[in-house]
Amino acid sequence: MEFETVIGLEVHAQLKTDSKIFCGCSTEFGAPPNTHTCPVCLGLPGSLPVLNKRVVEFALKMGVATGSEINRVNQFARKNYFYPDLPKGYQTSQFDKPIIEHGSVAIDVEGEKKTIGITRMHMEEDAGKLIHDEREPLSYVDLNRTGTPLLEIVSEPDLRSPQEASAYLKKIHAILRYLDICDGNMQEGSFRCDANISLRPVGEKTLGTRTELKNMNSFRNVQAALEYEVRRQRDLLLEGEDVVQETLLWNPDTGKTESMRGKEDAHDYRYFPCPDLVPVEISDEWLEQVRAGLPELPDQRRDRFINEFGLPEYDATILTDSRELADYFEAAQVECNQPKKVSNWMMTELLRELKGGSIEECRVKPEQLGGLLAMVEGGTISGKIAKTVFETMLETGQSPELIVKEKNLLQVSDESELLEIVQSIIADNPGQAEEFKNGKTKLLGYFVGQLMQRTKGKANPKLANKLFNQELNK
Amino acid sequence: MKPYELTISQALEALETRDLSAMELTKSCLERIEQTEEAVGAFVTLDPEGAIAAAEEADRLRAQNNTVGKLCGIPLSLKDLLCTKGVKTTCGSNILADFVPPYDATVVEKIKLENGIVVGKAAMDEFAMGSTSETCATGSPRNPWNTRYIAGGSSGGSAASVAAGQVLGSLGSDTGGSIRQPASLCGIVGMKPTYGRVSRYGLVAFASSLDQIGPLTRDVRDSALLMNVISGYDVRDSTSVDTPTEDYTQNLTGDVKGLRVGVPLEYFSGGLDPEVEAVVRNSIGLLESQGAEVVEVSLPHIDYCVAAYYLIAPAEASSNLARYDGVTYGYRKEADSLLEMYRKSRSEGFGAEVKRRILIGTYALSSGYYDAYYKKASQVRTLILNDFNEAWKSCDVLVSPVTPTPAWKIGKISDDPLSMYLSDILTLSTNLAGIPGISVPGGFSGDGLPIGVQIQGPHFEEGRLLKTAFSIEQALALKPSLPLIGKEAQ
Ligand SMILES: [Zn+2]
Repeated sequence: MEFETVIGLEVHAQLKTDSKIFCGCSTEFGAPPNTHTCPVCLGLPGSLPVLNKRVVEFALKMGVATGSEINRVNQFARKNYFYPDLPKGYQTSQFDKPIIEHGSVAIDVEGEKKTIGITRMHMEEDAGKLIHDEREPLSYVDLNRTGTPLLEIVSEPDLRSPQEASAYLKKIHAILRYLDICDGNMQEGSFRCDANISLRPVGEKTLGTRTELKNMNSFRNVQAALEYEVRRQRDLLLEGEDVVQETLLWNPDTGKTESMRGKEDAHDYRYFPCPDLVPVEISDEWLEQVRAGLPELPDQRRDRFINEFGLPEYDATILTDSRELADYFEAAQVECNQPKKVSNWMMTELLRELKGGSIEECRVKPEQLGGLLAMVEGGTISGKIAKTVFETMLETGQSPELIVKEKNLLQVSDESELLEIVQSIIADNPGQAEEFKNGKTKLLGYFVGQLMQRTKGKANPKLANKLFNQELNK
Repeated sequence: MKPYELTISQALEALETRDLSAMELTKSCLERIEQTEEAVGAFVTLDPEGAIAAAEEADRLRAQNNTVGKLCGIPLSLKDLLCTKGVKTTCGSNILADFVPPYDATVVEKIKLENGIVVGKAAMDEFAMGSTSETCATGSPRNPWNTRYIAGGSSGGSAASVAAGQVLGSLGSDTGGSIRQPASLCGIVGMKPTYGRVSRYGLVAFASSLDQIGPLTRDVRDSALLMNVISGYDVRDSTSVDTPTEDYTQNLTGDVKGLRVGVPLEYFSGGLDPEVEAVVRNSIGLLESQGAEVVEVSLPHIDYCVAAYYLIAPAEASSNLARYDGVTYGYRKEADSLLEMYRKSRSEGFGAEVKRRILIGTYALSSGYYDAYYKKASQVRTLILNDFNEAWKSCDVLVSPVTPTPAWKIGKISDDPLSMYLSDILTLSTNLAGIPGISVPGGFSGDGLPIGVQIQGPHFEEGRLLKTAFSIEQALALKPSLPLIGKEAQ
């Protein structure tokens, strides 16, 4: 039997405002426990929340960027449950009146384009963190993160494969980064993703029983967990067994999803409108201001890269996937004015070296890469030497100019200097010279190789070819 | 006349003319507390050292001829749910028995800014849930007019401390009548301002959409003086309203000519005590004789108030009180598991009435019941507001009783929650509609127990209420005299 996969994703994006959503405390990551707290985020008796307008502004940006409907009057609600990282005993969130509804993003999986619906986005506060003592049955509560603003982004169940899910997630991530409203760090938890996944026989209209996947803290994990879950559910269904509706945790060490049993009671969150916060009203002016200030988005930038730089769609798509990569490209390209070369270098040498790391951590700055390529184009160094220079740049972070100078790697383009070496090579290899003259022209490569050896690769290859042809045919 | 017998305005005058020092006044109050507290039991926490230090400061400021605050040297009490920096704030509950806030409520800041003196924290029903102050974990305050009777609630300690002459004024909170009812039963003035008029920041929440802080004083002028201090927009409370405040004392003219006094039919039906009715009708007559126009009005949905209130208030409370879980502060009972710790801390920390309301509220918000209960109750709230808006077309204020009866004996209905809930019937609608209400002394019962008169008005018309109350006060000329308490009474 053939099955169709149905996936919906829930993203929690921490909004990078300077202060928390309902108080003035800093949102900075990594401070000593419980130092970024005040009566409001500690949930002390008598304290009251005051909405940080920046959070609304950031949410509006995301709403506009995804072509969503903005609910001009929206409301916070309380989601009631007990947990030690939740000092008020409820999370202030949005329920039946979220700020954003009915949006969409475009994805592209192996050339196939698709629109994925966004059901809703709402603002809410993050909870604190529990730190469990490994030796004793003891847990510590750190409330620094309590009240950090989150935007929850819920997709429609429009995703039909783990690849599509991954593409959607990357697109949401890219838009958030382009808007500069979330730092997108999955390891630090500022961009988190849960998934709902079910299978149904192809052609079937009603949805199958779904499971909820949690604890996937990288793009790779999201795809791997979904792929695993597709196989697991398919095997169950093929054997005539039922999928149990439950929450599963992805275990990246075993590569399996594990049941969260025991922790997952059927929650009744007893949502009701938060009486401490008045409804959020969004004026025409406010919305217009947000709309006007919106930066270029990934899709627009991709199109510009194609039109302005003549890049193939494939290159443009990869380069605009992340704002940092695209910024890097533009900064490098402006130095050497060779877009396709920059693209090639970035997509091969650079991305290989990064091994999935952030381009911002790369020691080679874009201006330096551009400079390097400009040197090749200007004939200062050969393409081959450029690769060695690049390796040194990666290791040391030094500028290409400095490396070329210090290592004496300038291309030898001085004809008289090269001619002397060419003549001495011919003199040293009379047999091969004779064969060449008798028509074995393939030997040219051999001679050039000798030259490169003697000049440590610095000889201008065009000039070398010309000189050998000239001297051997004498 | 002893200093503690003065009203705030009288004391301010004596302080200004140097006939009295803040220290003399404060010491007089502290002595009065010493003599009467055993019988009245108005306080959970007393801070005599803090009060003496503040009095010293007040006198120093006056001596330096600095511009002094509007309450410079006036001893006050605060209901024990207003957060006071460094001074225990228990909410009358074991769960917060040792809670010391690291900050002052906005109203407390304002009192201190005006150089007022906080003498102590007044007893109250646990988390303001009650109408008799009998659910206070540290013992209930008693009515200074007869200490076998309740002082009312939930701001019972505030009312008792003012009525007994222990302090010159107090701040309480009113969620369904908790300022007006004890004020009425103790023979003082109690004002519940418009929702949003006074910042709730630092008021430990019972029902956030109904709670409002207000003054309890010995006369109407003092009520206006305290309103001048505590009113106003606060950036820390999103529900406080950004409208200009006024000098409320300017309303104290006694002139009610042309004022349309509405008499709501529904408030005079059912189990209204004849003595109470007589007192209220007398006050209405006094207003009429001074030129006010009396009209009968109807508030048809008033019958649903108790039902709506006892869904909305417990629902909000069930969420507001979830934070008392033993994790970060408050009472914790150690246990083997998290769930057990929650269960034991909350079971032992909360009293019966609080637990009852948490249960009701949790139920009302449960999925499947939300629409039938919480949502329906919210709709009733709109109907009640509409009733009032309809009434304002034919009258400027509504005059009615505050409670169906004068104070009752301690223990009489504390184990009968339903009849306690029903005793609130005349005050709940004010909170549900968010309008202001005031209770002003109207007379005494045959047993010598005070009976108050309630005046309600449109949103932000506190001035009009004070004007009407002042007129009744003037016409009655019941001099604010203090009851004889304990040994004095024998
Ligand atoms: Zn904070």
